[in-house]
Amino acid sequence: MSNLRRRDAIKHLVSLGTLLGGGGLLGARTPALAQGDPLLGARPLVRYPEKTDLILLTSRPPQLETPMKYFDRAITPNEAFFVRYHVFPIPLEVDLATWRLRVGGRVDRPLELSLDDLKTKFPRATVTAVNQCSGNSRGRFAPRVLGGQWGDGAMGNAEWVGARLKDILTAAGVRQGALQATFDGLDKPAFPSVPDFVKSLDITRIMDDPDILVAYQMNGAPLPMLNGYPARLIVPGWYATYWVKHLSDIEVIDHVFEKFWMKPGYRIPANACGCVAPGTAPAQTVPINRMTARSFIATPSSGARVAAGRPLTLKGIAFDGGYGVREVHLSTDDGATWQRATLGADLGRYSFREWTWTWTPRQPGAARVMVRAFNAIGESQGREPLWNPAGYLRNVIEHADFQVS
Amino acid sequence: MRRILGRSLLVLAVATSAAAADKTISMPPDDPYAALKPGPGVEVTQRQCTPCHSTDYIVMQPAGGPKQWEGVVTKMIKVFGAPVNDEDAKVIVDYLAKHYGN
Repeated sequence: MSNLRRRDAIKHLVSLGTLLGGGGLLGARTPALAQGDPLLGARPLVRYPEKTDLILLTSRPPQLETPMKYFDRAITPNEAFFVRYHVFPIPLEVDLATWRLRVGGRVDRPLELSLDDLKTKFPRATVTAVNQCSGNSRGRFAPRVLGGQWGDGAMGNAEWVGARLKDILTAAGVRQGALQATFDGLDKPAFPSVPDFVKSLDITRIMDDPDILVAYQMNGAPLPMLNGYPARLIVPGWYATYWVKHLSDIEVIDHVFEKFWMKPGYRIPANACGCVAPGTAPAQTVPINRMTARSFIATPSSGARVAAGRPLTLKGIAFDGGYGVREVHLSTDDGATWQRATLGADLGRYSFREWTWTWTPRQPGAARVMVRAFNAIGESQGREPLWNPAGYLRNVIEHADFQVS
Repeated sequence: MRRILGRSLLVLAVATSAAAADKTISMPPDDPYAALKPGPGVEVTQRQCTPCHSTDYIVMQPAGGPKQWEGVVTKMIKVFGAPVNDEDAKVIVDYLAKHYGN
């Protein structure tokens, strides 16, 4: 253990002691000692219902981050899948005898669908897709921005099974003049003055995309409560803000929906990069939409000690906004030269793409390995991160640092 | 008749237990890692902010001066409808700028 890491560990032990001495509740809670990350190091690992140890961002409403070690594989286990809510209180109980998905507004036949209806009245559709928070990695922005200070774990990839949203809207019969549909879930704020979490999508977008689902199954199991039981919206390629959890109400409308969580919430600069000069404000904005291309080194963890002269297998994932990852490259010379990683199975264009790469470290001392991905239309990451005031669309060449000895 | 009634009750009991078998979870208390620093104004801040969110929403933010925290408190009142009067808002801004300032 290096001096720096030992110091950090002692600091954490001291703060843990302070908590215990102060009568703090420990329960299934441990400090995130292994993180070795200035952003995440101070945050505890916590265990919530149906979840394994995740990094705590906030307790209430809960926001929990997936540790990087789970991104050494394409599918993120349900128990390790990140959690993000907007308003408190959150639903703690669902009774399927009374839960219904209502479809109304500008439709010919308003629907009230039970979970069984969703499973039996519509063809069963499957898509493997990445669910990533718009603000994933916001804590890495420089200059820093207000908002949830996520590390890189507000993302996950799962096989989703459900009914196609277009089939549901077709059954309801969308009327002429309909422009958007809005999506509301069971989570309702404590005060009526707090804006309810409601999102919208264009009707044309829904009817053109057979992969937008109302999903009732996640990696072969019912959804965990904290990931939207009994059903949530799946919008492959787009940020998680549209993937409304505990979906309960769909309303077809004849105008553009502009309540808080669509405007001014979740907006990006209205230009090609979705970025502005650091510290400045955009003149015009649009709703956030398709994800940028990203790639990560999951194992060994950044900060690990590795042996010189011995081949080492690095593992990680790459993804983009729905064109599909074509290549993943790694560099050990600060980006002067790049080598191709071996890609894992192709689980579809919306999925994490697993990669592995074998590296034999030569020089003892500090070593940085950089990773970048290219998708089918050539989108990649740059050396310098793009910036916007909300801390969205993080897109930069990522790296992991190792101690070679 | 009694047998029919008994059977109906049994069916009802099965139906009820099936409904009760749907998902229920309970949440842990707010984590102590996010406890607010002691100082003048901490009680008002605690009382006015925590009905809607735990204090990690505060302590995780980048350090900022009175301008940043005034913006945040104003947003909570104007946009999120937090029922906080002007006097308390000022106490909260002063407390946050002093203890979570740069």
